[in-house]
Amino acid sequence: MSTMTDPPKADFRLSMLINDTRYRSLTFQVIAAIAIALSIWYLGNNLIQNLRAAGLNISYAFLGETAGYDVNQRLVEYNSQSSHGRAALVGLLNTLLVAFLACITATVFGVIAGVLRLSNNWLVSKLMAVYVEIFRNIPVLIWIIIIFTIMTAVLPAPNAFRGENPSSSMLFDAFAFTNRGVYLPKPEFANGLFGSTALNWLLVIAALVGSWFATREIGKKATKKQEETGDRPNTTLLTLAVWIVPFVLLMIIMGLTWNVPELKRFNFSGGLNVGGPLIALWFALSIYTGAFIAENVRAGIQAISKGQTEAAGALGLRSGRIMNLVVLPQALRVIIPPLISQYLNITKNSSLAIAVGYADITATLGGTTLNQTGRAIECVLLLMLFYLTASLTISMVMNVYNASVKLKER
Amino acid sequence: MKKSVILGVATIAGLAAGAAAAGTVDDVKARGKLNCGVSTGLVGFAAPDANGVWQGFDVALCRAVAAAVLGDANAVEFVPTTTKTRFTALASGEIDMLSRNTTWTYSRDADLKFEFTGVNYYDGQGFMVPKALGVGSAKELDGARVCIQTGTTTELNLADFFRSNNISYEPVPIETNAEAQQQYLAGACDVYTTDASALASTRATFENPDEHILLPEIISKEPLGPLVRHGENEWGDVVRWTLNALITAEELGVTSANIDEMSAGSNNPEVDRLLGTEGNLGEMMGLDADWAARAIKAGGNYGELFAKNIGEETPIGLARGLNAQWTEGGLLYSPPFR
Repeated sequence: MSTMTDPPKADFRLSMLINDTRYRSLTFQVIAAIAIALSIWYLGNNLIQNLRAAGLNISYAFLGETAGYDVNQRLVEYNSQSSHGRAALVGLLNTLLVAFLACITATVFGVIAGVLRLSNNWLVSKLMAVYVEIFRNIPVLIWIIIIFTIMTAVLPAPNAFRGENPSSSMLFDAFAFTNRGVYLPKPEFANGLFGSTALNWLLVIAALVGSWFATREIGKKATKKQEETGDRPNTTLLTLAVWIVPFVLLMIIMGLTWNVPELKRFNFSGGLNVGGPLIALWFALSIYTGAFIAENVRAGIQAISKGQTEAAGALGLRSGRIMNLVVLPQALRVIIPPLISQYLNITKNSSLAIAVGYADITATLGGTTLNQTGRAIECVLLLMLFYLTASLTISMVMNVYNASVKLKER
Repeated sequence: MKKSVILGVATIAGLAAGAAAAGTVDDVKARGKLNCGVSTGLVGFAAPDANGVWQGFDVALCRAVAAAVLGDANAVEFVPTTTKTRFTALASGEIDMLSRNTTWTYSRDADLKFEFTGVNYYDGQGFMVPKALGVGSAKELDGARVCIQTGTTTELNLADFFRSNNISYEPVPIETNAEAQQQYLAGACDVYTTDASALASTRATFENPDEHILLPEIISKEPLGPLVRHGENEWGDVVRWTLNALITAEELGVTSANIDEMSAGSNNPEVDRLLGTEGNLGEMMGLDADWAARAIKAGGNYGELFAKNIGEETPIGLARGLNAQWTEGGLLYSPPFR
């Protein structure tokens, strides 16, 4: 039998906050936190007081006022009578559009260049090294301007398509490549099932997603049969039919027509116009960031031990399949984290859009609106908030993806 | 502005510095140099010549002010500003005055807190198109692509003009005049619109100016003039009356050629007051007696400056039009020197 006595409880004394190592670090952290909070409060308060003294109060009322200017690329309804807030939204969507497109193409360029740089073919690997070094080491603003200038100088103006013997002509009488942008035929539905164009397109997308699931089911069934009997049934025709038949049927029912661009008095009109500034900015951001991504990809691949490649080779895999099945899946774990920061760079670098006249949020909210209203601090704060939110969102999404490909420890 | 010692300056350096400056007249005198904001390059109004010396109509006003205050027409530091940076540069105190074809509007005066000290060029927004396009009027521009400098009054006028005429257009926002010129010449836009004077100046630099025409429509009032910060009345007076002295000199027939002779004394009391041989007008403004004489000597009177930089004899070839003296049917009218 043993008796247990509690250890004597020392009374807490104030001096222990400094003298007792258990509390000391906590004490200093609390003091530091208070000091930081105080200085932030001081700076903020100072800013507000100075603004008031200068007769400028922070106010976002201007967002509701009429903007009075036009924007050339609008993803949502907008005209010069819309509000400054609406103009900011138009710019915001334009920023997101170019950032999204550039992230995709930069990844494609980067992966191709990164893999080819490790090629055994001397010429190919050196060419890729030249690409990476040239694009990585010249500022992106210069690339944006160079690409835009080349585009406006090399491609023909719409006027070149005019007259009896025009110096330029449309590709298949449907595509026009001009120095103001590319004009494409635009699919339209003569008798859509819904009143709104967006809903009709959603239906088409839904049909395609359905086909994809059906194809997966067919594949699964074939695999099952293969496991049971050893014979894999030929599913090529069935898969093709599943993809094509619903799609074509839908197109016929909804009455697909093509709105082909036509040369009018000054410009092509009708069709789908991908503006020159968008193309230049998109291409410049992709090719510039692609060079960085190529280096990430190369680093990721080289991080995989050579033994993996040799082992896969010993099993009889060819080099293409070794890359796709063995090396890249493992390399992704190394590639994804730096890739996230490249995506953030694309989003932030898209703010250089005004250099080529692309109406992103920096050009609308941070440019014309700021200039016309004189509300510099408010506009810049909004811009900061937007870029911060956008970057953190991208970061979050990519982290979720990273978690799904990272090494799973069991 | 009690607390703004160091941190405040760091956070909003611009606003604090602008309001804290004691008196720009004294600052300029102490510095021995005038910081004058001009355009980044608009031939005839403000552009460096082949030797890198700034020349032009707006530049001449800076030189006249420097001559009046400092006695040296070359004691000017020219600060090139874009349409986007010009107001920040002035508000922050980086420049003492802005002489950069800037339109005098209500909101710039009342809301942005600037003081326009007069009008040195009465302008209006025009359109330039290639002759080959065969356009005779701005109302035929339905569907055209229009190059425009972003952050200017012209951007708003343009939207209003097309809306009131119920025609459509596609704006291409451009940051500087040089970029706009390049886009326009490459055919990336059909039309370039800005102040008619700037269009004439831009056209003068083209390889084949004859292939481009200015359309007859002038769609807005653009009174261009120099400006200073709100609340600096003494400095504002100096800039205002230097401009008025140049205008009055033309009206009274005082030129850079005959000014020495006139300064010796004339039989016109207003000339004597202007040139400081009679009365004490200079003293009232904190300057010496012959401030106006120096300003006129720097480059000549208003008419001489106009003829030399942008007049009909120059490649820019602007007629006096609205900018003639009131005695000749124009709008130039200086209050009396009395």
